Amino acid sequence: MGEKKQSTEDKSQGTERKPVATRDAYGEALLELGKKIDTVVVLDADLSGSTKTAKFAKAFPERFFNLGISEQDLIGTAGGLSLAGKLPFASTFAVFETGRAWEQIRQTISYSNLNVKLVATHSGITVAEDGASHQAIEDITLMRVLPNMTVIVPADGIETKQVISAIADYRGPVYVRLGRSKVPVVMPGDYKFAIGRAYKFHIGEDANIIATGIMVSAALTAAETLKKDGIDAGVINMSTIKPLDNDAVIEAAKASGLIVTAEEHSIVGGLGGAVCELLAGTNPVPVKRIGIKDTFGCSGSADELMKLYGLTAEDIVKTIKEALR
Amino acid sequence: MNNFSSAPGGARDAAFLKKQAKAIRVEILKMLTEAGSGHTGGSLSAADIVTALYFYKMRRRPDDPSWKERDRFILSKGHAAPLLYAALALSGYFDKSLLGTLRKIGSPLQGHPCSKLLPGVEVSTGSLGQGLSIANGIAMGLKMDGLDSRVYCLLGDGETQEGQVWEAAMSASHYKLDNLCAVIDNNGLQIDGRCCDIMALEPIVDKWTAFGWNVIDIDGHDLEAIPDALDKAETVKGKPSVIVARTVKGKGVSFFEGKVQYHGITPTREELEKALKEIENNG
Repeated sequence: MGEKKQSTEDKSQGTERKPVATRDAYGEALLELGKKIDTVVVLDADLSGSTKTAKFAKAFPERFFNLGISEQDLIGTAGGLSLAGKLPFASTFAVFETGRAWEQIRQTISYSNLNVKLVATHSGITVAEDGASHQAIEDITLMRVLPNMTVIVPADGIETKQVISAIADYRGPVYVRLGRSKVPVVMPGDYKFAIGRAYKFHIGEDANIIATGIMVSAALTAAETLKKDGIDAGVINMSTIKPLDNDAVIEAAKASGLIVTAEEHSIVGGLGGAVCELLAGTNPVPVKRIGIKDTFGCSGSADELMKLYGLTAEDIVKTIKEALR
Repeated sequence: MNNFSSAPGGARDAAFLKKQAKAIRVEILKMLTEAGSGHTGGSLSAADIVTALYFYKMRRRPDDPSWKERDRFILSKGHAAPLLYAALALSGYFDKSLLGTLRKIGSPLQGHPCSKLLPGVEVSTGSLGQGLSIANGIAMGLKMDGLDSRVYCLLGDGETQEGQVWEAAMSASHYKLDNLCAVIDNNGLQIDGRCCDIMALEPIVDKWTAFGWNVIDIDGHDLEAIPDALDKAETVKGKPSVIVARTVKGKGVSFFEGKVQYHGITPTREELEKALKEIENNG
């Protein structure tokens, strides 16, 4: 579980919780998992240095398979390894894994309900300078629509490590969405992730922000700002998008009557879509979706892009203030 | 129940295999007529190959379909589901009466094979081009565990127009998967017409050779040649083998043979009667 590394971070909780990219946490978690479970095998499609599976490859070369630049074959091979009793983790960039190989994931992994862990990195617009071709902003939607699939978006390094450990113990296909850039540590040191259980930082009376991935950090900052203005905004980290923690969403809707979803992803069909689908049939309250508004990204620095596409804490504050007006 | 778990390759008996192949063809035609939809031509063309696999070559236990040491069969050309179902039923995986439920609501015999519903089906297939990658993964896993089980993967020739097949062809050779044997049902036809007119595949042997495979080119209806090729493939080390089986679409029923329209059309009652008679009288 990478507890050694984690414990040094835990000790300095609140003072020195250094930002770390979720892909880096993945690389470490995978290495630990490889030591613990000998059926773990890892597959990559020529991006092991970037996805950080190279760490595992170096430690366990006989359990690592580089398929070259062929994502469809990557998925099929992972499926085959699971059929032979292995626990495969297949990684590449999110746009290629969920886009290029979507139908392979559908037919081979999801329909046959194979125990394959699809852990993609470089999701969202924070891939930044590479531009729209490499920015997966539709992957949550693409994976969420598949029966049998579990979809998880960790908020930080701490949660990523826990997620990797948890999905190894869970039988069935899972998609985990990780990022390239460093993200602040937001989860408490004693946090324990469970599939399908949201983490409620606070349930607000005026509004509740349901955020996922790197947007959890922005949501917490926004809630702080709003508090100063006398607005009680709650924050929920919805790291499991599917199965959605329905109870947490409904509780938030009942408590505040205004829900804001925040994701570094298209507003179509992702976290915002999932929340709206639920609330429309249970507790119809206004839902404001913060995300990429049905457009492609572009090149720029991660910070610039987050501003350009309206994904900052200020954007969340503005949205809530306008909605409450 | 049949148990092929020990010495499957005992005495090789072409007459026995021929009898089984006939029985499989009969079941294919009956179930397709009953279902009223499904893929006739490509089920019949590969019938001899699959017969040789299930009644001669493969190490398997019908009463324990997930036996760890079994050989694996991946039907990459999933539309030949009737063929797989007939082979499974006739070799002891389930009762023949189930074949009449093909494609009917509630049946485990889906239009294309579903592993969640039918024991003996290793993985769900139907979308073309995906089986070889899966077979590769299984072959890798078996090697890691030091198991000597073999993996067989049946592809259609038209199916090899899918790019993923060639990704997998590269992988199998790169990882030296000599426990893997692909078989291409080279019947020369696809839905829209002759493969050579739609998207030419030849020279098939040269292509697979260039990708690093041991290629065995045979008559895919010769029940001496097929077991021979399957045995020969097993002796080749350091690279995967592919059997290019030259077949006739619709084989066994003269009025279906080589007819492109019988890819996805099923026999009428009259045609069935005629076809069964023909198979009965033939050899």
